[in-house]
Amino acid sequence: MPRAQDAHERPALSPKQAWGRGIPIVKTFATAPAPHWPAPTSVRRVMLDVLIALVPGVALHVFFFGPAILVQIALATGFAVALEAAMLRARGAPLRPFLGDLSAPVTAVLFALCIPPLSPWWIALAGMTVAIALAKHAYGGLGRNLFNPAMAGYAIVLVAFPLDMTRWLAPAPLDVAPVAFLDALHAIFTGALPAPLAWDTVASATPLDIVRTLASKDLMIGEIRANPAFGDFGGKGWEWIANAYALGGFYLLWRRVIHWQVPVAVIGSVVALSVPFWLADADRHPFPLQHVFSGGLVLAAFFIATDPVTGCATPRGRLAFGAGVGVLTLVIRRWGAYPDGVAFAVLIMNCAAPLIDRYTRPRVFGHGRHA
Amino acid sequence: MALSRFHGGLRLPPQKPAAAAAVVPCPLPPELVLPLAQHAGLAAEPCVVPGQVVLRGDTVARAAAGLSAPVHASSSGVVRAIESRPLAGGDGPCIVIEPDGRDTWNRLPPLAWRDAEPAALRERVREAGIVGLGGAAFPSPAKLAASVATLIVNGAECEPHIACDEGLMRERAGDVLHGAALLARIVGAGRVVVAIEERMLEARAALATALRESGLEPIEIVPVPTIYPEGGERQLIRVLTGREVPAGGLPRDIGVLCHNVATAYAAWRAVAHGEALTSRIVSVTGAGVRAPRNVETRLGTPIGFLVGAAGGYTGDAARLVVGGPMMGAALPHDAVPIVKGANAVLVLGADDIRAQAPELPCIRCGECSRVCPAQLMPQELYAAIRAGDDTEVRALSLDACIECGCCAYVCPSQIPLVDAYRQAKRAFAEQRADRARADHARERFHARTARLEREAAERVERVAARREALAQEQAAKAAAEAAPEPEPPKTMGKSDVLAAIARAKAKKAAQGKPPEGDTE
Repeated sequence: MPRAQDAHERPALSPKQAWGRGIPIVKTFATAPAPHWPAPTSVRRVMLDVLIALVPGVALHVFFFGPAILVQIALATGFAVALEAAMLRARGAPLRPFLGDLSAPVTAVLFALCIPPLSPWWIALAGMTVAIALAKHAYGGLGRNLFNPAMAGYAIVLVAFPLDMTRWLAPAPLDVAPVAFLDALHAIFTGALPAPLAWDTVASATPLDIVRTLASKDLMIGEIRANPAFGDFGGKGWEWIANAYALGGFYLLWRRVIHWQVPVAVIGSVVALSVPFWLADADRHPFPLQHVFSGGLVLAAFFIATDPVTGCATPRGRLAFGAGVGVLTLVIRRWGAYPDGVAFAVLIMNCAAPLIDRYTRPRVFGHGRHA
Repeated sequence: MALSRFHGGLRLPPQKPAAAAAVVPCPLPPELVLPLAQHAGLAAEPCVVPGQVVLRGDTVARAAAGLSAPVHASSSGVVRAIESRPLAGGDGPCIVIEPDGRDTWNRLPPLAWRDAEPAALRERVREAGIVGLGGAAFPSPAKLAASVATLIVNGAECEPHIACDEGLMRERAGDVLHGAALLARIVGAGRVVVAIEERMLEARAALATALRESGLEPIEIVPVPTIYPEGGERQLIRVLTGREVPAGGLPRDIGVLCHNVATAYAAWRAVAHGEALTSRIVSVTGAGVRAPRNVETRLGTPIGFLVGAAGGYTGDAARLVVGGPMMGAALPHDAVPIVKGANAVLVLGADDIRAQAPELPCIRCGECSRVCPAQLMPQELYAAIRAGDDTEVRALSLDACIECGCCAYVCPSQIPLVDAYRQAKRAFAEQRADRARADHARERFHARTARLEREAAERVERVAARREALAQEQAAKAAAEAAPEPEPPKTMGKSDVLAAIARAKAKKAAQGKPPEGDTE
């Protein structure tokens, strides 16, 4: 195999010098270090793939909960890009390459998919301020952030605006009083529903809320699942959106944007941990797949825990990271104060990622085993 | 045979238009520029003077003492100058020959390779100036010194565009196999494997036919998948034997030797035909060349002239590279001569080169570690280099990097990773050299201090010895004074006591070390 001679070590005789000495040059060229072929991918392409992979999930979200989610996505993206530009300016970083990398829109869409569709506009503003200005740029911008920006933003609004964060709608077949798009816009931009609508009639508890509330009343899982909100595995509608996220996840796997270890570890650890409880007492503990298809677990498994910047980079580290997210999610769902713990699980594992990476370094060629 | 696989690597489009055409000879250029340093190790030392007439195959520069290789005239003509010329790695001293157009050979006497001593064969390989023609240009005799069980002859080019070995195996299969058998005889290898790429169907058929007709001992011809950098020595050995060359070790440590097919061919020409290494096959290829092909090129041919032999440049020619698109070095102009290690001249079109894009921050996507054949973590290595954390850089095994460029190729942030590793390796090498110099100086200082101390101690000892001699003399004198009384004393006399005291004093003086000596 050829070994590159270090052409850049010493400058070669310039064409002018060579001509001056009568050395025949036919043609001159611009130089650059190897490799010479065009890059097969870019950060922009990676982020674009993530956005493409979210399309099926967003489409089903619209189908089950109405087009309000699109307004949330637009709002969050607008805030995210504006904040990104402002922070880049403040940091003295060039705008064009960093605004073009599409990382801010990815954060915005992931955040928008986590919040209730009728959330008032300041939720998106608050979430994006935390995500972009604090979690991302305060730590040094793209690639340097310790916490997943979308999850940091979501966790803060979850704590700061707990009431707004519970105002989910009922999915399409169950929504007895569907909210018209104009009414939804009114709710988003004023924070109040237009008369005669009221949150009590419009909002509906999520399947995870239902499990939590009813389980605390000592109801059996069978009785809980009799609630019309439940579908085959998770909540009606919700489980289909989860399937669409998984579909997008497979696209990302195929495009090699994400690696199999994280989704397998997240979902695998949730199943592995819930199976023994369910086998021991199926009346008290939900069927393992109900855990998988509830809340934000599938979205997290394919789109959030797979964030390369804040996750692990080694293959074994990714397994550990994903398993940590899965286990912590279950722990928070079961014993924590929140019905779904995915965001907190991801943030906790973000803290541990550098250490995990350090202890899971792969064996270097020529060291040990095969040598 | 069952093949193993190596970690990472890339399946790149082969892009080998040069492989399709027959190998053509390059015409004689108006001048041949022979660099003195076109191999790994020390530069050769010129043994001709300007104005001297030389024949093709004449030694024009002798190998230096140590790792080096001689340089031979690649055509007959007159030595015009010995001067500095532009080369791929900056300017360097060269012997410039003006060919006389007759291309008259001066061959060495052929050797009967089956009867000759392995040492004589190895000496011929050395005399003929043969170095690793895969690109590293490592003097071959140095690799042929140890005996090994398995010889791997590497015909897996793996880097896109480079097709010189494929052309060689297809058209000169018999000589390649004889070269393999010859090298195997030198190192006493019982098993000989010729590794070729799966897609080289014609070359494979040619080798199989040649092997049947040659009457040679069995040689395994093994097709391997085309995964870059499978042609890398360590990767190929892993694939063929399932074993890894230990970090910091050599293939011979696991009983394996790896030589390029063109090296085997050149060794055969040197032994059976007495031809020194004066030419090689070069792939002249890329969208910037009108008629891509493999060209048999005399060493020292200017690249611009060689491209002319392949139809000249197209209007699209945007970058000139010696080597392949992954590891090759870009040249600022084409007045650079072909050297022994130059396997390809690649002229890339404007669409085939990396756009000048700003380096974005690492997003830790891990693609670089996924493709790294050395199983490194390039992103962390890069961060450690940027942070100047030498301990961490060593802990991450920078020295295991083979500079294949896979990491830099796939990086979505366009970080020039492999360039950073090369620079860091160079900085480490300089550090090592500095430390060696400092160590040397310190050793000299310690040696001097030790010598001064020793001299001082010797001086003290000499004084002590003189004092003892004096004491003994006095004791002898005292004894002589006491001696005249002949009657043997019943009890110990006074003189005996005096003598004993004197002896004890002398002994003490002799044993007692001077205080300076104790500090040593």
